Amino acid sequence: MSTIKLTRPKLDAGEKIYFGALIKGFFLTLSHAVTSLRGKSIGAKGLNSTGLGVTMQYPETKWDDHMPEYYRGAPALVTDEQGRERCVSCQLCEFICPPKAIKIIPAEIPSDDRWAKVEKRPLAFDIDMIRCIYCGMCEEVCPEQAIYLRKDYAITGLTRADMVHDKKKLYEIGGVRIGLVNKWNELK
Amino acid sequence: MPVLIDLAIIITKIIAFTFLVVLPLVPLSVYFERRFSAIIQDRVGPNRVGIPLTLLGFKKDFHLWGLIQPIADGLKLFLKEDFTPAHVRKTFYWLAPALTVVPALITVCVIPFGPEITLFGRTEKLVIADIDIGPLFIFAISSLTVYGITLAGWSSNSKFPFIGGVRSTAQMISYEICLGLSVIPVLLYFGDLNLNNIVRQQAENGWLLLPFWKNGSLALPSLQTALFLIPAFIAFLIFTISIFAETNRMPFDLPECETELVGGYHTEYSSMKFAMFFMGEYAAMVIGSALIITLFLGGWSAGFGLDQYISNFAIGDFKFGGFIHLGIFLTKLLAFILFFILVRWTVPRFRYDQLMKLGWVIFFEAALINVFLAALIIAAPELTAAILIVGLILLAIVTAAVIWVAKISEPPAKVLRA
Repeated sequence: MSTIKLTRPKLDAGEKIYFGALIKGFFLTLSHAVTSLRGKSIGAKGLNSTGLGVTMQYPETKWDDHMPEYYRGAPALVTDEQGRERCVSCQLCEFICPPKAIKIIPAEIPSDDRWAKVEKRPLAFDIDMIRCIYCGMCEEVCPEQAIYLRKDYAITGLTRADMVHDKKKLYEIGGVRIGLVNKWNELK
Repeated sequence: MPVLIDLAIIITKIIAFTFLVVLPLVPLSVYFERRFSAIIQDRVGPNRVGIPLTLLGFKKDFHLWGLIQPIADGLKLFLKEDFTPAHVRKTFYWLAPALTVVPALITVCVIPFGPEITLFGRTEKLVIADIDIGPLFIFAISSLTVYGITLAGWSSNSKFPFIGGVRSTAQMISYEICLGLSVIPVLLYFGDLNLNNIVRQQAENGWLLLPFWKNGSLALPSLQTALFLIPAFIAFLIFTISIFAETNRMPFDLPECETELVGGYHTEYSSMKFAMFFMGEYAAMVIGSALIITLFLGGWSAGFGLDQYISNFAIGDFKFGGFIHLGIFLTKLLAFILFFILVRWTVPRFRYDQLMKLGWVIFFEAALINVFLAALIIAAPELTAAILIVGLILLAIVTAAVIWVAKISEPPAKVLRA
């Protein structure tokens, strides 16, 4: 085992008196205070700072325009361009969901419906957002590309029931997704 | 009857100065501490808690720059569970927080907040007790704070608080010596121990560290006063740094250093008992800065010969100049508290041996030599040239000897292994 011998660095008189370093330190902290008060801290602009320092004042200013394309927010159901709900109640997402947040009650599509040949649709589709871990497995497993993770991240509620997204809410978040799976489209 | 009126005035003064001036300064300095430290570190700090207008049906809260935050903190501490661990020594455990707050608040009584106000033909000084032993009284009473901290550390009956208590005992006793010695040149210069008279002298002849006016007009200081600036400045440095140590503030906050001792002497305390330690610490800081301002920076005086003019402000019979002086005093106090905070967020903590060395080897000797130097400068007009020169030579020899002793007593640099 090798040892390295070090000696303490020799301090000159000015360094021993210590006041010089102290005053330098005061200037450093004060200059930070001044730039911070002027709203010109390093990185303030890139971090959407609102005046003091580099901090973004969250509920007033938001980070949404900086969010990447692949951001994984709340999972939501989507409809296709004809307004048909894409979900066919195969329950693969319910099966794969690691925290078991998804609950689907499948139902048959009545034979007089325009999309009767799809056969099934969810009667109820609940995602418990307290359980959801935003892993995106439901999106990955879905054969119909009916469930997507959108960019909503501020999911709040006052009760447990508030935190369960039902079918209506899910379609509200999801909206319409154009293209992709077209096997049910009679026009093609 | 006159006795009753006197009593009423005294009680009014006690309540006004202690509970309306000094105690509100404590949460205010906590707010400044948090806000200023945040600004130094490129953060924002508490800026939300304000007047909750939304509770009353308005559209928006008024944030008031977070000034209500200390009240919210206090409320939180009130509502927390006041937990007394089973292993503590109850009597002293309960006594300790009171013993840290009370001395700090008692010392308020000799701080001169302003000269005097005249109302209904009565002239009242803006000081609770205008006694002739001002600084001595403050030193005597504020030293008692150490009992609170020591008892807290001991009665908690657990290791970290005990170490904190022991550290603070050693630290406060060591720095009290520098505190007392460093102020002697100032008292020699003014020849008075009454703080109000000291400030009055400074108002007329220039502050101790800024003697640029005389009898109400700008003037250059005499040679003696100019020379006295040297010991005055040394005294100011030693005194200020000792006050930092006495109040357990940042470069010397070893009794409660969070990184080593959890919370130091108040680890086992919760709720309002903890808040009282907190309050005592900040009250000591307020009183310490008040004392520094009073002794070195002109107390309530506005300086530049303006004081006579301000004192004569009056509406009819009511001379209210004293209140303006009070405002000036509080402004200076706040500025100094900001300096305290700046130091806390600039200077890293000392090691304990460095702290002791600074107190005993450097400041103690420097303060002693400073007393010698100050006495020589003050006595110079009465001395013959020969005695003066002998005195100077003696001073030089003593200084050299002290520096030499300090140097040879320093252990040689150790070889470190990495």
